[in-house]
Amino acid sequence: MYSLAIIAEAVVNGLMTGAAYALVALGLTLVYGVLHIVNFAHGALLTCAMFAVLGMEQLLGIGPYAAILPLALLFYGLGYGLQRFVIGPSSHGEDRNTLLVTLGLSIILENALLAAFRSDTRSLGGEMGFDVVELGPMLLSRPRLVGCAVALLVAALLWLLLARTDTGRAIRAVAKERFGAQLSGIDPRHIFAVTFGIGCACLAVAACLLLPTFYVNPRVGNAFVLVAFTIVVLGGMGSVTGALLGGLIVGVVESLGGLLLGESLGQLGIFLIFILVLLFRPTGLFGARA
Amino acid sequence: MLEIRGLRAGCGGVEVLRGLDMAVSAGEIVAVLGANGVGKTTLNKVLSGVVPVRAGEILFDGQRIDRAAPDAIVAAGLIHVPEGRKIFPNMSVRENLELGSYRRGKPRRARNLERVFATFPRLRERMAQAAGTLSGGEQQMLAIGRGMMAEPRLLILDEPSLGLSPLLVEEMFALIRRLNADGLPILLVEQNVVQSLEVAARAYILENGQFALSGTADAVRDNPELRRAYLGM
Ligand SMILES: Nc1ncnc2c1ncn2[C@@H]1O[C@H](COP(=O)(O)OP(=O)(O)OP(=O)(O)O)[C@@H](O)[C@H]1O
Ligand SMILES: [Mg+2]
Repeated sequence: MYSLAIIAEAVVNGLMTGAAYALVALGLTLVYGVLHIVNFAHGALLTCAMFAVLGMEQLLGIGPYAAILPLALLFYGLGYGLQRFVIGPSSHGEDRNTLLVTLGLSIILENALLAAFRSDTRSLGGEMGFDVVELGPMLLSRPRLVGCAVALLVAALLWLLLARTDTGRAIRAVAKERFGAQLSGIDPRHIFAVTFGIGCACLAVAACLLLPTFYVNPRVGNAFVLVAFTIVVLGGMGSVTGALLGGLIVGVVESLGGLLLGESLGQLGIFLIFILVLLFRPTGLFGARA
Repeated sequence: MLEIRGLRAGCGGVEVLRGLDMAVSAGEIVAVLGANGVGKTTLNKVLSGVVPVRAGEILFDGQRIDRAAPDAIVAAGLIHVPEGRKIFPNMSVRENLELGSYRRGKPRRARNLERVFATFPRLRERMAQAAGTLSGGEQQMLAIGRGMMAEPRLLILDEPSLGLSPLLVEEMFALIRRLNADGLPILLVEQNVVQSLEVAARAYILENGQFALSGTADAVRDNPELRRAYLGM
């Protein structure tokens, strides 16, 4: 059998991966919870963010951690503009149009990246990815430890924003009662765009945290978003707490699954959970009952 | 204070409001009365910028607001407490009230919150409760309280007595009088003809998108046509 130290290491490793998953899922669940749309461009936008991290390092010499703040701001602006001037106006008030627009957007982005970078797989290179920290009997990857800490910090900031600021209250208000919000002087179009922008900023942060240990190619975002969808369903569609805990759970399950069943079957556990949740608690762990 | 001239508006292919002229002066309670589906709520939505104007003008305090966005209209102080309350069910009573001052009255939020709690002690007791779990009467108080947080210069109340028990209806009309006693002009939209005519200075009767009758509350009450159609006399 496996020693306790190995299992503990797998759990901690899983928590670290799960934190990055959680960030990707946070953006997805926030946009779903407020705009009531599934953003099919989420994966392509993550890929864009990962290429942006690569570009920052290779063209400007700015490392992934230094890039967190500028890229988060850039992607916030990008997301705000996308929702306010492209997705919002083109939906004409119908959710099913939004679905098609985001799907179309993902195809455009993915193919633009393919045209520009081909399907080659790239990475940051350097030694950063192999840096380890000793923690008792465990050897932990330093960039993933940093990633975990930053992801939890971002989740905490997001929670504070939603719970304690007027913008956060407006976001929650618009999510449930658009007309009432309008009569309180809240402009739903602005709030939708802010929400979408926050979702994209989460992706930018996730990209900065992932890149030291992960590779990039024009399709890489899709793999993460598939897992993120599982997390969103597991945690409850639209629930921020659910996305965070769901992300951590899925990370640990994947890591333990990899340890017990081998790397290639690690994700099997995730989809097993997914099916079980759909069978026994379709609203997810933290989802409101429909 | 509020002036409407030749107002036309509708939803989709249907014209709901077919040329309305009306006014609310400073300090006045004006009632708009009418049966179900005549366009009372549509009028309120047009006034708050949520439903677009097709023709005519709306002046608030001498300024045209018929092309203004809802948030700009709130900023100007024209506050609409909607039919069916439309509170934020997933948020606490306190957060609902705080959002009332999202666009207007924010610097005096703490003071206004105290005032609302003084008017509605029930809301203070339920401050941390999710608004969606309040009783119907409490939700109506919350909706009005949220409107008060925006320091209204004119308050639109759309069927505030709807769904309340007879006792609470009495209280609601007493409250409307009290709010007005401080000089706040109120546009009261109601189906409750008798009690509305008691508190209002003037009234308009809406039928099929047009004002069939208007005048002082006393004159409207004594109109034989109205007595027959709405009071069954
Ligand atoms: N979004 C909409 N789409 C189509 N028709 C609408 C819409 N909103 C309102 N209407 C129609 O406009 C008319 C007026 O509706 P409105 O809600 O203004 O009536 P009301 O006088 O407030 O009635 P009530 O007393 O029942 O509240 C109704 O015939 C209604 O069916
Ligand atoms: Mg109505």
